[in-house]
Amino acid sequence: MNEATLTYYPSRDFKANARAALADSNLRQSFRGAMDFLMGKRAAQFPDAHELAELRKLGESIRQKSLARLPELLERLEAKLNENGVTVHWAETTEEANAIIHGLIAAKGGKLAVKGKSMVSEETELNHYLEARGVTAIESDMGEYIVQLAGEKPSHIIMPAIHKTRADIAKLFSEHIPDTPYTEDVDALIQIGRQALRQMYVTADVGVSGVNFAIAETGTLCLVENEGNGRMCTTVPDMHIAITGIEKVIEKLADVVPLYSLLTRSATGQPVTTYFNMISSPRREGEMDGPREVHLVLLDNGRSQAYSDEQLRKTLQCIRCGACMNHCPVYTRIGGHAYGTVYPGPIGQIISPHMLGLENTVDLPTASSLCGACGEVCPVKIPIPEMLMRLREESVRDPHEKVAHPLRGQGAGVDREVKLAWRLWSGVYSKPGAYRFFGWAATRLRGLTPRHQLGWTQNHVPMKPAPKTLHELMRERRKETAR
Amino acid sequence: MSARDTILGKLRAAPRSAPVEADVAAYYAGTEKLVGLTALKHWAALMRAVRTEVLWVRESDWPQTLAEEVATRGVRTLLLAPSTAHGARAAAALAELAEPPLRLGFDRPIDGWKATLFNTVDAAFTRVRAGIALTGSLIAWPGQDEPRTMSLVPPIHFALFDTRTLHPDFFSAMSTENWAAGMPTNALLISGPSKTSDIQQTVAYGAHGPRELVVLAVVPDDIDLADLEADA
Repeated sequence: MNEATLTYYPSRDFKANARAALADSNLRQSFRGAMDFLMGKRAAQFPDAHELAELRKLGESIRQKSLARLPELLERLEAKLNENGVTVHWAETTEEANAIIHGLIAAKGGKLAVKGKSMVSEETELNHYLEARGVTAIESDMGEYIVQLAGEKPSHIIMPAIHKTRADIAKLFSEHIPDTPYTEDVDALIQIGRQALRQMYVTADVGVSGVNFAIAETGTLCLVENEGNGRMCTTVPDMHIAITGIEKVIEKLADVVPLYSLLTRSATGQPVTTYFNMISSPRREGEMDGPREVHLVLLDNGRSQAYSDEQLRKTLQCIRCGACMNHCPVYTRIGGHAYGTVYPGPIGQIISPHMLGLENTVDLPTASSLCGACGEVCPVKIPIPEMLMRLREESVRDPHEKVAHPLRGQGAGVDREVKLAWRLWSGVYSKPGAYRFFGWAATRLRGLTPRHQLGWTQNHVPMKPAPKTLHELMRERRKETAR
Repeated sequence: MSARDTILGKLRAAPRSAPVEADVAAYYAGTEKLVGLTALKHWAALMRAVRTEVLWVRESDWPQTLAEEVATRGVRTLLLAPSTAHGARAAAALAELAEPPLRLGFDRPIDGWKATLFNTVDAAFTRVRAGIALTGSLIAWPGQDEPRTMSLVPPIHFALFDTRTLHPDFFSAMSTENWAAGMPTNALLISGPSKTSDIQQTVAYGAHGPRELVVLAVVPDDIDLADLEADA
C-alpha cells in the first residue's frame, strides 16, 4: 500500500468530489438502496414513538451529564483503570497518539498488529504510520479488511465497505488472497475472509481496538460488535491497545444500558448486537487467557475546541451510530468518500472542522439542505442543523475578529467579492438617497445586466431588474386611483 | 506541560454547563417487564431469529442432550472445564458416546497452545451466568475455569443456561446483580453466533467467532416444556 491510496483527499475538494460522485450512477444506486434498507430497519426497531422520544431524551441527558463533568470523569476513569491495571496515555494530536501506540508495540518488538474497528485510528491514520515503521497492521472487521485490501478508506462509519458490491469484493478477494477462486456467494466470501484473518490472531503481537463507551465508575471499556473480531483483538494477543476520543467517557455503568440500546437500534436496526464486550482489566492471576497488558490512549484532536463553546459542545454527544448519514439526502446521493474526511455525512460536517480546521473543511457545513432529518433521527438529539448554521457563520466571520472561543480556520469562507457586494448592498440600503438612485439606475440600465452572475446562474436564469421600481409602480397606482 | 495537563486544562477553562438530570433507574422502573413464560418465549424467539439453537432441557437430562448434539455435529475435539460440576457431568455423558470426542480442559495459559486452540478444537462447552429476555442475550463472565476464548474461538459454542436466571432487561441484570461493585476482567453479552452484514447488507454467520451457538436452556420442573413452544 502506498501513501497516495491511504491518505484522505482534502475536504476542500468537496465540490469536485461531489460532482464526480453524482455522475456515478452505480454509486448513487448502491447508496440509495443501502440507505433505504438501513432506514427501514431502524424504523422497525422504534415502533413506539413515545418510547423513542423518552429514550432519546434519556440518551441526550446522559451524554450531556457526562460532558458537563468531562474533566472530572476523565480523571476518575484514569484512576479506576490504573487501579484495575490498565495504563492510560493522553495525546493532544494524532501524531502523538500514533507515536504512543508505536512506542508500545516497538517496546515489545512487535511486528504484527490486528485491529478491531476503530474510527479514531482512522483519524490518526494509524495503519499507515505503523507500516512506515515496520509494523504491519491488519484490519480484522470484514468491511475494514475489504477497504484495506482495496487501498481505500471507509465510506460509512458503521459499514465501511457499503460502497462495494459483492462482485467488487469477489474480484478483490480472488486477486489479493492467495489460492482464492472467484465467487460472489456471500457465505463463501465471509469464510474466505475468516480463514485469511484467523491465523493473524494467532500470530499477532498486539491487538488494537476502539472504544464505544468508557465507564468512569468501574474503569470499563465497552465494545459493540457483531463479528467477534473485536473480542479476538482484545483477547488473543498479549497486548491490547485501545484508542478513543476523550468524549467517549460516561459516568456510571448503568448509563451504558440506554446508550447501547439507542446505538444498536439506530445504527443497523438490530435490537442488540451479537457481542457487547466489557473489558475492565488485563489478565488476572490464575486466568488462562486475555492480554497481559492493556493500554488506553485518550485522544483530543480538536475535541477540546468543540468543548470550549457551549453550543458546539453538543457535537461531542455523538455515539457514532451513523443514523444521520443514513437519513441525509446529501450523503445518500454522493456517498462517504466525497466528503474527503474520516467522518462523512452530517456528523462529519460538524466534527471535522474541529479536527482539521475550517480552512480545510470550509465547504462541509454548506453541504446540507438543512432539511433537519439528521437532527430528527439523532438518538442523542444533537441539533445538527443548528451546528451547521453556526459553523457557516464562523467560516465567514472576519478572521481578525476577537471572539470568546475562536475556531481554527475562522473566516476561511470569506470571499472578497461577496464581502464587497454585501458592503455595497448595505451602504445602498442604509441611505435613502443612495437607495433611490440605485433603484432608478438599476431599472433604467437593466439591459446591461450580466448573463453570468457568479454561482447563481449555474442553476438559475440570470436575475434582471424590473423595468420600474416598486416605489415607482406604487406611485403610479396611487395616481390612477386618485383620478 | 504534559498532554494530559494540557487537555484537562483546556476542558477546565471551558464554560461549565448546567447540571443535567439523567435518572436511568427511574426510566427502567417505568418500562414494562417481561416475566415468566412470556419472557422465556420472547428470549428464545429473539435468539432463534439470529440462528441460535435453543434446546429446552431439564436439570436431570441436559448432559444427555449435550452428548447427542455433540454426536450429531461430529465434534471430534471439545473444550470444557472438568473441574467444575457442570463440566464434570458433561464429560461423563460425553464419555458414554459410541465415538466420544477428545475432551480438553483449558488447563494452561493460551500462550503455549494458541495454534492448537484455533486449528483443532471443534467446539466448547461453557456455563453462562444469566440471560436477558428483552434483547435475547446471554451474559457470560469468563474466568479461571472457563476463559474468554472458550466462547469465541471454537466454531461451535454449547452454552448451558439456567433459565431461572433470566432477567427482564439489561438494566435489571446489572442492578440486581450489583455489577458496579466489581467487574470481572471481561463481562460479555452474547446474542447469537458471530455474524456480519458487511457484504452488500447480506447477513452471513461465522465471521470470526462461533458459526453455531447451541443453548441448553435448563427449565425448572414447574414449567411445561410444551408451553414454551406453544404459539412460538
